[in-house]
Amino acid sequence: MTTTTERPGVVEEAPPTTTIYRRPKSTEGFWGWVTTTDHKKIGIMYGYAAFFFFIVGGVEALLLRIHLASANSEFLTAGAYNALFSMHGATMIFLFVMPASAAFVNYLLPLMIGARDVAFPRLNALSWWAFLFGGIFMYSALFFGTGLAPTGVENVVGNLAEGGRPGGLNFLADMPDGGWFLYQPNAGPDFSPGTGIDFALLGIQILGVASLVAAVNFIVTIFNFRAKGMRLLRMPVFVWMTMVTQFLLLFSLPIIAIALFMATFDRNFGAMFFDATGGGDPILWQHLFWLFGHPEVYILVLPAMGMVSEVLPVFSRKPLFGYSAVIFAGAAIGFLGFGVWAHHMFATGISPVAQAAFGLSTMTIAIPTGIKIFNWMGTMWMGKLRFSTPLLFAIGFVAMFVIGGLSGVTHSIVPSDWQQTDTYYIVAHFHYVLFGGSVFGLFAGIYYWFPKISGRMLGEGLGKVHFWLMFIGFNLTFGPMHWLGLQGMVRRTWKYDPATGLEPWNIAVTVGAFIIALSIAVFIYNWWSSRRRGAPSGLDPWDARTVEWTVPNPTPVYNFATTPVITRLDDFWHRKYTTDDEGRAVRRPEADQMIADLEYDGRNPKTEIHLPAPSYFPLLLASGMPFIGWGIIWHTTTWGLGMVVLGVLLIVSGGIGWALEPLEEAHEEDHPHDEADEDEETHETEGASDVGRASESADTTEPVETS
Amino acid sequence: MTDLAHEGDVTAEDHHDEHESLGMDARKLGMWVFLSSEFLFFGALMTNYLLYSNRPGLADPYPGTIYDIPFTSVSSFVLLMSSLTMVLAHAALERDDQHQTRTWLFATAALGSIFLGGQVFEFYEFITHDGMTLTTSPVASAFYVLTGFHGLHVAIGILMLLSLWGIGHSQGALSDKRGFNVELVGLYWHFVDIIWIVIFTVVYLLSTS
Repeated sequence: MTTTTERPGVVEEAPPTTTIYRRPKSTEGFWGWVTTTDHKKIGIMYGYAAFFFFIVGGVEALLLRIHLASANSEFLTAGAYNALFSMHGATMIFLFVMPASAAFVNYLLPLMIGARDVAFPRLNALSWWAFLFGGIFMYSALFFGTGLAPTGVENVVGNLAEGGRPGGLNFLADMPDGGWFLYQPNAGPDFSPGTGIDFALLGIQILGVASLVAAVNFIVTIFNFRAKGMRLLRMPVFVWMTMVTQFLLLFSLPIIAIALFMATFDRNFGAMFFDATGGGDPILWQHLFWLFGHPEVYILVLPAMGMVSEVLPVFSRKPLFGYSAVIFAGAAIGFLGFGVWAHHMFATGISPVAQAAFGLSTMTIAIPTGIKIFNWMGTMWMGKLRFSTPLLFAIGFVAMFVIGGLSGVTHSIVPSDWQQTDTYYIVAHFHYVLFGGSVFGLFAGIYYWFPKISGRMLGEGLGKVHFWLMFIGFNLTFGPMHWLGLQGMVRRTWKYDPATGLEPWNIAVTVGAFIIALSIAVFIYNWWSSRRRGAPSGLDPWDARTVEWTVPNPTPVYNFATTPVITRLDDFWHRKYTTDDEGRAVRRPEADQMIADLEYDGRNPKTEIHLPAPSYFPLLLASGMPFIGWGIIWHTTTWGLGMVVLGVLLIVSGGIGWALEPLEEAHEEDHPHDEADEDEETHETEGASDVGRASESADTTEPVETS
Repeated sequence: MTDLAHEGDVTAEDHHDEHESLGMDARKLGMWVFLSSEFLFFGALMTNYLLYSNRPGLADPYPGTIYDIPFTSVSSFVLLMSSLTMVLAHAALERDDQHQTRTWLFATAALGSIFLGGQVFEFYEFITHDGMTLTTSPVASAFYVLTGFHGLHVAIGILMLLSLWGIGHSQGALSDKRGFNVELVGLYWHFVDIIWIVIFTVVYLLSTS
């Protein structure tokens, strides 16, 4: 059977003339990417941007580690050190792990539920651009921010932001320096004058808008855009974990939005929310922040848990052990995640009753987490394991996450937590769950799904080198932090005395950090060379189980030539395998032919497929947000107010254009024609009411075999 | 070992429309999901106000002592009536009465503007007459930020209503597709009203001493 690799021609339609703006037509090249509403392109852009920020955050970490490798180090000034650990945390959380998860969700969610796109493709583009502008806004602090020392302490050695002693990399001190958590009133107007903190407050606000819009979009997509037969309990676990994550975002983001607004009003407009001298409550920020911040932890790790739940069954050649238990455990983690926030605050003097209650609720988190761990082990148990790179990273995830989970349980014991608060023991713990957990899970996903975006395999040999370097480097970096913390090394400390004897382990930690960096260099080379010279993957390189592998690689622009019908969990696997008398999986004789047919049919749609048209307006609308942010920071100047006006104009003009642009979602065929646009239609095919879409015309002249 | 026993058939219930697995328009579902998030937005603001509203030792004037309850009652009534006109606009569109739809949409926007005007007047009075500003005390900050964000929501609602009204005028009629936007804006508008009922009760009535 011959398969053609040519894509069907894209027929461009004349742009409608009713709109006041010209419609973008290009689906290729630079403008094709900038105006795209295709969830796959948006996912890829999310992925590259997230990886860029991963490198930025990693370089920040390396600078910190160089500094801490020697006692009484002068490598960084105190101001630069504060800014670096703050931006390292904020970058890795808001600009790397969250968008990297969003990259996977964007690319895979519609494919996994058998849809052609997300529910609102233009809102999806808005999420992406808002994220990018939010990240740029935050880092613009490096050029426009000022990191002043509090009044009266300018001459303290180390507070070198302005007018202090010249020192190492002091220009970095202009970035936000209040920690990623921005504790008020420390990061308030009195103790953090200058504008650095404002860039973090408003930047996270913009990133929050991006995540909130995405959460609404993905929830509606999961609820409403499933293929026929894709019942909720037939969805892949990754989709379920995505859904839990989006609900966590939906309910936690408004809380942090309020906290950020309050701090912004305090800093810029003289409000008194966190001003203790005027009666403000200094602990209020911590409550609001961690009421968001703890669900945020699960927002970071649940998508990775979903990815691991997809990878383990495929490479164990067994169904996921306890599918529904894994899902309900994930949902339980989501619910419990809103009831444990005060365990971040045991040392703030909250009442003993509150300490006991939050200690207990924190312990209960271990139950659903343990269920997941045992289900993953049960999946591998007695399986025919193939130790490919994705499985190595998935096993790495499970093992490292157990270590991080266990040290987490020690924090639920209040007296123990008092000892550990603000020590490197905490730093070790959350890196074991967020790096050992999320990042290992993300890399498992990258190696597993790379063929979907490229049609090629990521190199296995280099992949294994990458894994082992990263695994060793990770444990060398974060393992010793446990002992450092228990020996009393304080977190966020700029200098330590050589007499403390902490230096040897700090040197080991720094060596480990550079081994991680080396592993990332291996990965970058592997990615770069595999994009060009990787082995062609074919349709089903991993003998996979889920529906995203029933379409050719790389994924055609329309995803599914014909929308799939799902008859059971792990539908694709069951189309390839049956069982013998002893219950063992036996490949069906017709499986190879079916895969060849899927490859051919997937590239040759028989009907015209309508896709969302590109649009400028998400970009235009999102571009107004950073201007409003800059305007708020400089609201006392005329040009600052001008920036607010410019930002509002950009948002309003983007919104008006958006509203007047004909609706075009691929999923709107069943809606009646838009009367206003009917006259302009140059063609009259059924379901083509959405003017201006790029449509895929089928090449139906070739004979098509169907299975 | 494998769970082939779970093989099922595609049943009648699976054969609903691909695009509406729940049988609800995606945009409407999206609006409900968004509004569920908005409840926490205002919930956090109100918690914040309540935290400071009973705190002793804050600088005067305390908001509870300067509220003009009769005035705010009237403006609250105006906002509640705008929910009625919103329903009338939606009902008129259901009957395909374009003229009445536009009339009631405009009336809703007008009532919302009156409410907003009342809020501006109230803020002006508090600031110039009673000397309570954003910087007076934490409870004053909480009051202004809470009611200010509600006012911003009303303003955005007015903008959406006037946009619908303008589209209806310039294109002669609100089509089915745009007509659905009337329902979406209606959902949003009722939400903003409901939030105001809670704010008026909790912030104004219960904390007036």
